[in-house]
Amino acid sequence: MENNSVTTKSVTFKVFRFNSDTDYLPYYKEYKMDVTSEEVILDVMDRIKWDHDGSFSYRRSCRHGICGACAVQVNGKATLACKMNAHELTNIFGDELVLEPQSTKRSIKDMIIDKSDFWEKHNAVHPYLISHIDEHPEMECAVSPHESENLMEADLCIQCGACHYACPVVELNEDFFGPAAFVKAYRFEADVRDDAHHERLEELGQAGQGVWDCVKCFECAEACPKEINPIEKITKLHNMLFQDGNIRNNGVAERHAVGFAHSIKKHGLLDEGELVRYSEGNIGVLKHVPVALKMFKKGKIVLPWNMPKSDKLDEIQALIKSSSVSKY
Amino acid sequence: MGKLKYALFTGCTAKESTPEQLMSTYAVAEKLGIELIELSEASCCGASHLQDYDDFLSLVLNARNICYAESRGMTMVTICNTCQLNTAMTKHRLDNDEKLKARVNEKLAEVGLEYKGTSQITHFLYALIDDFGLDKISEMVVKPLSEFNIAPFYGCHNIRPSELQNESHKTKENPYNPTSLDDLIIACGGENVDYDEKNKCCGFHAELQAPKTAALLTGKALQGAMDGNADFMVTPCPLCHLKLDTQYDHASHAMGRDVKMEVLHMQQMLGLALGCSVEELGLKHHVSEITFA
Repeated sequence: MENNSVTTKSVTFKVFRFNSDTDYLPYYKEYKMDVTSEEVILDVMDRIKWDHDGSFSYRRSCRHGICGACAVQVNGKATLACKMNAHELTNIFGDELVLEPQSTKRSIKDMIIDKSDFWEKHNAVHPYLISHIDEHPEMECAVSPHESENLMEADLCIQCGACHYACPVVELNEDFFGPAAFVKAYRFEADVRDDAHHERLEELGQAGQGVWDCVKCFECAEACPKEINPIEKITKLHNMLFQDGNIRNNGVAERHAVGFAHSIKKHGLLDEGELVRYSEGNIGVLKHVPVALKMFKKGKIVLPWNMPKSDKLDEIQALIKSSSVSKY
Repeated sequence: MGKLKYALFTGCTAKESTPEQLMSTYAVAEKLGIELIELSEASCCGASHLQDYDDFLSLVLNARNICYAESRGMTMVTICNTCQLNTAMTKHRLDNDEKLKARVNEKLAEVGLEYKGTSQITHFLYALIDDFGLDKISEMVVKPLSEFNIAPFYGCHNIRPSELQNESHKTKENPYNPTSLDDLIIACGGENVDYDEKNKCCGFHAELQAPKTAALLTGKALQGAMDGNADFMVTPCPLCHLKLDTQYDHASHAMGRDVKMEVLHMQQMLGLALGCSVEELGLKHHVSEITFA
């Protein structure tokens, strides 16, 4: 017989409390509880409500990791409460756990947040199939297994908001669509039946709201409880933007990505100064002059004639010639 | 333990805007008796941007870099978080997808190379901890940094995505509560500062595209370390270093308060503790000038 005996641990939960109707400021309340190795965070929240304080509020529904309602944060870690074992969290953070809503500034009551920003972004990417359906089709609209694989499980998203509220750009830029909306957009961009690829991509490529404002921190990949890997879809959307021949915004962000290929072709390595000039243009680059001068004084700027080159540069150039898929 | 020997992938930044990082890497390696063979053939890793433009080209170029570590029969050591992520991610994708590996090898064959998957790829920080050992490092410390509060700044691309990162090294790091850099600070005799932003993003990769977001992220990181009463910050990533060291004006403007910190590369911090000279560690190359050493 396997030894699967249940263990118990004393854990202190510091719980975010706030009632937007009556409280001026939020506060944290401590609950010390014995927690078994079988309990998930949702069990803990239930016990706080049932045993300690009936006014404690949170969302819950399916209890099976499907509805996404019970998403919270524990010590800053995105947590789907019904899936996350409490002992597992104490292994990471020790025996004091801080239970907070996904976004403290959006709290309405305790763990319940105003998620309207999430749904606005979700709606903004036209999260549905846009297709001219023939009312009297003569054959089925077939999707091959290979074509459905291209969705890369983006359709498994449960819209819990874990990645959205883990994203630092969402926190700082209210126009940014955010990783969950990008996953949803990708789900339809990668769908062969959809006829609005170009229009949707155009919106996804806009500065401020679109994929170019992603900081590549991988918080979304870490946060997703369904292992959807949103940043992988964001990269795919970047690729699609370059592949869509009709979208040539020719903005700083696009030139910045292309600039790497130019630089590698010339030196093998990245020419940092030239990348900034190429991305910003001859006038835009001027705003970087003050910082560049400070760096120059400290020996942090390599002048063009001193630019180092990779050994066997001809190999690199041959590979760029033979392996390039994108054209710009 | 025999002499540790690695193939060093310097990345571009260490050869251009952070020369002090390359100097201090070699200085520390010499003190510790670690041999670093530079991969002089290596190209830029694409810095997480080339793959947005051309994913396949990015894979081929990174695979080529790995080939040169393989042909030397060595583990590749990186000194930049983004080089580490891009290279390790290439390895992960090729090692887990025979078809993709075959496509990449078809291209590499044109220049007489073959990606095999025989070399490990690890960041210098984890090479030090896994292979050299923190105990041994603390035994070798001659100038303990005991008078300093030091704020670790981990850098995204060393800790996320954790599943991939933890394939590359033995130290099991949790991205929500990383410990490696804290442990190195302690091994050097310093006091590690705990603050919310230590495992957050510095904004480097969006500096040109989204300058306001980037400046706010830098500002929050500097502010977290300042308010945590740190004397200086330390980071294993030259890109984080560039951002934190040079962008304080933009960051202060975005934050509405003055934020500025002295920031060391982890090699420089270790070098100071091991008794390397200020010159060897290139401390004069900082924009936020180093005043304490």
